[in-house]
Amino acid sequence: MGRKLLLDKVGIVGIRSYDVYRENGGYSSVEKVLKTMSPDDVTNEVKKSGLRGRGGAGFPTGMKWGFLAKPEGVPRYLVCNADESEPGTFKDRYLMEHIPHLLIEGLIVSSYAVGSNRTYIYIRGEFGWIVDILEQAIAEAKNNGWLGKNILGSGFDCEIYVHPGAGAYICGEETALLESLEGKRGNPRIKPPFPAVKGLYGCPTVVNNVETLSTVVPIINMGGDEYAKYGTGKSTGTKLISACGNINKPGVYEIEMNISVEEFIYNDEYCGGIANGKRLKACVPGGSSVPVLPANLLLKTAKGETRMMTYESLSDGGFLTGSMLGSGGFIVYDEDQCIVRNTYSFSRFYRHESCGQCSPCREGTFWMEKILWNLEHGKGKMKDIDLLWSVQGNIEGNTICPLGDAAAWPVAAAIRHFRDEFEWHVTHPEEAQRRNYGLAGYAEPLKAGV
Amino acid sequence: MIKFSEEKLKQVEKIIARYPEGKQKSALLPVLHLAQQEFGGWLSPETMDYVASLLGLLTIEVYEVATFYSMYNLKPVGKYVFEVCQTGPCITRGSDDIIKYIGERLGIKPGETTPDGLFTLKTAECLGACGYAPMMQMGKGFKEHLTKEKVDEIIEECRRSAAINN
Ligand SMILES: Cc1cc2nc3c(=O)[nH]c(=O)nc-3n(C[C@H](O)[C@H](O)[C@H](O)COP(=O)(O)O)c2cc1C
Ligand code: SF4
Ligand code: FES
Repeated sequence: MGRKLLLDKVGIVGIRSYDVYRENGGYSSVEKVLKTMSPDDVTNEVKKSGLRGRGGAGFPTGMKWGFLAKPEGVPRYLVCNADESEPGTFKDRYLMEHIPHLLIEGLIVSSYAVGSNRTYIYIRGEFGWIVDILEQAIAEAKNNGWLGKNILGSGFDCEIYVHPGAGAYICGEETALLESLEGKRGNPRIKPPFPAVKGLYGCPTVVNNVETLSTVVPIINMGGDEYAKYGTGKSTGTKLISACGNINKPGVYEIEMNISVEEFIYNDEYCGGIANGKRLKACVPGGSSVPVLPANLLLKTAKGETRMMTYESLSDGGFLTGSMLGSGGFIVYDEDQCIVRNTYSFSRFYRHESCGQCSPCREGTFWMEKILWNLEHGKGKMKDIDLLWSVQGNIEGNTICPLGDAAAWPVAAAIRHFRDEFEWHVTHPEEAQRRNYGLAGYAEPLKAGV
Repeated sequence: MIKFSEEKLKQVEKIIARYPEGKQKSALLPVLHLAQQEFGGWLSPETMDYVASLLGLLTIEVYEVATFYSMYNLKPVGKYVFEVCQTGPCITRGSDDIIKYIGERLGIKPGETTPDGLFTLKTAECLGACGYAPMMQMGKGFKEHLTKEKVDEIIEECRRSAAINN
């Protein structure tokens, strides 16, 4: 069994409630920081832990906190990103549903570190029942003296509020999130200024993911150095992976970042292998925005090394032969799945979610969806594949926020690795319409159980 | 004239109090959710104007927001809204067939409402439940691991509870 730091207590009956959570050592990190540590000490422990943001970009959390501007007399804000809308990703939801007090505890400690007296959880509006769970946990924490004025006599005041969004993937992007929290459309802001200088209401703000902020709890409890002993190299600690697609055991797994991709897919402790005795065809290992990898490049890198579930190993080879750990949304495709159809669905998603501010993204996502619809429905031509390639290439790097890149990358990777499947759709329009792809033209998949 | 009940107005005040002085525009998204719930499941121009007056905003500020977010309905919807996820991970688990099946059972296409005003079928993009696919949102909760049998049960249950409430 891999070691767990976040979900280790999830099996305990009643752990969602304050009393049980507290009996099992909950809120001890708040006691520790408020009684024995300065805010800078907390930031230092997080720096030592090597924790990297779990929202997708993997930016070092301690460093981010260190960048926060601290002008006199100006409030600072901590905002927890619980927007979780990247296709394939459902890990934050799991954490909030099963052990909500862990997030609240992490938020109090992190608020203390960055000096936030008003902390917001921005949660996607569709998670209505989780809003209730969080509000109950916040009320319990407050009734027990962990929130409010002068917490534990430390002089530190903190309130946490839950703010629901209303259906917009783009609001997961941190500056769009702040716009939305201010009651506006979720249009990303031009950076700089970065939120660390000008964020919510123009004040210095830190935005971190649910899992990132929850991980601060074990880091404080065990110490940053000890935490850094978990995992491999610069991928310290554990990571929540939400696994879905054609596997036997879809679900959320906490892994220590020292196992191989193969072990994660085939071991019964995790995904339990490909469902229905099928073969592994491909995988999107880090949420819809990251490049898809065919089975052969997924389990081994281009250099022939074992591919590991770490930031470094999953991105080994760059975008030519690698991918990214991203948000940990792990989508597995068996031999019956159609890459063209999947890519079309992702492009529809990004067209739908583009805020429309920049033309490369607005127009590019529109055209990618249109071309992919044609290909997928057997109405495409060979030159459409090249056109698609050129459209995606014109989006990347030319937009205000990374959604443009996120829309382009999956298309680029699909063409790069599965070009013959796109061509097959052009040469076999009837079969394509019946969605009868069989094993038509893609990199020879590895057999189940290898 | 539409108006929140005293109880709902208290709730609005509590929402406004979450934000710093002078930042009550931040309350707009949560208050629109509340208004949609209270006033028939959609945001009519009248409802939006009311929310604007309540928060001291220009009506255009409310329209801008209401049209941006997919959870706000800008036209009337059925009593039960089925929003079935159609994104890649759900497709791998058969969401196409489920969408088709619900459409057949209700005799409507995505985007339509049944003539009796009971059901609206919509397609949705990833709802953060990919491991429990196929799935749909219904009201405040999710219905997951959908099968044809489960869809039948849900439809029956909605019909039953609508009959009781009428
Ligand atoms: C289009 C887009 C969507 C995003 N969605 C999310 C999201 O749902 N949840 C999240 O935590 N981060 C999301 N991010 C990343 C955030 O912008 C930000 O980097 C993150 O919240 C920082 O937290 P972390 O450092 O703890 O990862 C998204 C970014 C982009 C460009
Ligand atoms: S890249 Fe797309 S989503 Fe991002 S700001 Fe531009 S138009 Fe909006
Ligand atoms: S793809 Fe359907 S819930 Fe994520």
